[in-house]
Amino acid sequence: MNQQAVSGSGLDEKAKPLKLRSRPWAATLILIGGLIVLALGIAISVSFGAADIKLSVVWTAVFHFNPEITDHQIIRELRLPRVLGGVMVGASLAVAGAIMQGMTRNPLADSGLMGINSGAGFALAVCFAFFPGLPFMYLILYSFVGAGAGAGIVYGVGSLAKGGLTPARLVLAGAALSALLSALSEGIALYFRIGQDLAFWYAGGLAGTKWFQLQIMSPWVIAAILGAIVLSRSITMLSLGEDIAKGLGQRTGLVKLAGTLIVLILAGASVAVVGAVGFVGLIIPHLTRYLVGVDYRWIIPCSAVLGALLVVGGDLTARMINPPHETPVGAIIALIGVPFFLYLARKERREL
Amino acid sequence: MSSEDTRRKHGLRVIGVLAVLIVIMFIISVNTGYIRLTPFELLDTLVGKGTDKQELILFQFRLPRIVISLLIGIALAVSGAVMQGVFRNDLADPGILGINAGAGLMVMLLISFYPTTSAAPVYLLPVVAFAGAACTAALIYSLAFKRHQGISPIRLLLTGVAVAAGMSAAMIVLTLRLDPDKYQFVATWLAGSIWGTSWKFVLSLLPWIVILLPYVIYKARVMNVLNLGEQTATGLGANVSREQFRLLAAAVGLAASSVAVSGGIGFVGLVGPHLARRLVGPKHQLMLPASALIGALLVITADTIGRRILQPSEIPTGIVVAVIGAPYFLYLLARTKS
Repeated sequence: MNQQAVSGSGLDEKAKPLKLRSRPWAATLILIGGLIVLALGIAISVSFGAADIKLSVVWTAVFHFNPEITDHQIIRELRLPRVLGGVMVGASLAVAGAIMQGMTRNPLADSGLMGINSGAGFALAVCFAFFPGLPFMYLILYSFVGAGAGAGIVYGVGSLAKGGLTPARLVLAGAALSALLSALSEGIALYFRIGQDLAFWYAGGLAGTKWFQLQIMSPWVIAAILGAIVLSRSITMLSLGEDIAKGLGQRTGLVKLAGTLIVLILAGASVAVVGAVGFVGLIIPHLTRYLVGVDYRWIIPCSAVLGALLVVGGDLTARMINPPHETPVGAIIALIGVPFFLYLARKERREL
Repeated sequence: MSSEDTRRKHGLRVIGVLAVLIVIMFIISVNTGYIRLTPFELLDTLVGKGTDKQELILFQFRLPRIVISLLIGIALAVSGAVMQGVFRNDLADPGILGINAGAGLMVMLLISFYPTTSAAPVYLLPVVAFAGAACTAALIYSLAFKRHQGISPIRLLLTGVAVAAGMSAAMIVLTLRLDPDKYQFVATWLAGSIWGTSWKFVLSLLPWIVILLPYVIYKARVMNVLNLGEQTATGLGANVSREQFRLLAAAVGLAASSVAVSGGIGFVGLVGPHLARRLVGPKHQLMLPASALIGALLVITADTIGRRILQPSEIPTGIVVAVIGAPYFLYLLARTKS
């Protein structure tokens, strides 16, 4: 069944000429340069806002915190968790997208399109309605479950169909499931009058990120990203095709199971903090592959860095567009992501 | 009797059953709401013997709303049927092709320019929505068009999904500039609630349907020919690209006019034609009227359910339709060949 699901993808012909192309130097450059830019971005993001705060104050707030000073308070309690949340979410979504695209060899695989984001969002709506006041720890757990259910439905629809999970079918199934789940969530929100609470999540905003959320989330995310790096060699082989991977001695079933678990953790945790931010997992892995080649040992860490950059940059843009009002970062990233998606849909030479 | 005749008879019988179901649903729908009207009270009121209060409820609130939901269902389902016929793609639907989003974006722009929601010109809304939908359709068509290959249905769907995502993102950005009053209006509108519940909206919707529906049914034979494939159709003497363009324009017009009044009701255009094809077969002479009736039945049922669940407030019809329509879409997706 998996074999069939894979053979329908549009990447077969692309994978061949790319097989051995890998650019460790470019990757190293991205990792180092990207981290420097990311640090700069974090600094700008922390100092920029309704109250502009000098970078030197930011420095002292972080390293010589003084609770008496308001600026220090703002930085510590509002801006730092926000930007760190952005880093974490961006890295998570990008790595999740990279793993999915590598495993399924489907160029359009992305947690937003696979029903993972909407599944997690729906689980959150249910929690809000039926178990109000549930600790964040459990919210995260349920959003993992929702993510899994969403992915399961989309994957199931795809593999039940003749011809397997082609990119087009994936997109359509994902769009339909998202429509269904968001309709259900909206209905629940109306019925239980929790629209306000949910709106924050759906719009995809980092504004309300709290330290305790990061504390609960970070062990999962860090473990999952480390797991992804450990798994990266196997994913490279899978991305060459299931047969090749098996021929090279891969236990493909096990790799896929581990990969799927990692994806669910990363996407589920992201949705629990930031809501439905799409397209990060779609754009970044493509960009990274273009820059560093096809070796997932490089793709995964580079995707993490670039994904973090995209979300932090998007959040910064979202705050600058219409101050003092917030624009949801998800909308900004979608506006960047759509042209890219269109480009991908056009570029695929074979029938998608 | 030839098989053509039996099929025709069967089709007419199905259409008759659908019409009866709509009448039943109509009666239930009239009775649904905060204040109940028994069937006898209803009859009395209809012939002008009800109390003032009953007349007010019936003629000013319930009837226009029911008529509007019937018209919307007809327009969306026929629009979807035409699109599926023209593109020869079973998954084409005005919502999925981004037309709802385009119309929505324009409607929202219009509303944000007017001081209050009540001041927004009712008759202008469908025109603006039509413009938005037509522009979006043209945009999607040109983005999906490739030289030497023309339009591939799959590329068209993907482009539509992407453009719709972009437009919704733009709408989210725009909503933040609205004042709370308008925001509330736009939010419920986007969820697909039938907000225009007075006779002026019926009037703004009616011309489109009165003109475009007969035109599309008149073109049923052409659509049957188009369904045979571009080359066969050309061989049979049809001017394929011209007919495609006209039919698409009609489909866009139908979808756009209903989107202006009902917001983002999706899936009617997908589910209606599918069920119709299954019930009466692929011939457009029967399939188009059957789609229209199924669409009308679906929307009036969804509207009634939405009003019933959450009395005295209500669940937007679009939500109920999506809850019915999306699983059916997924089921279709699992069954179709690639």
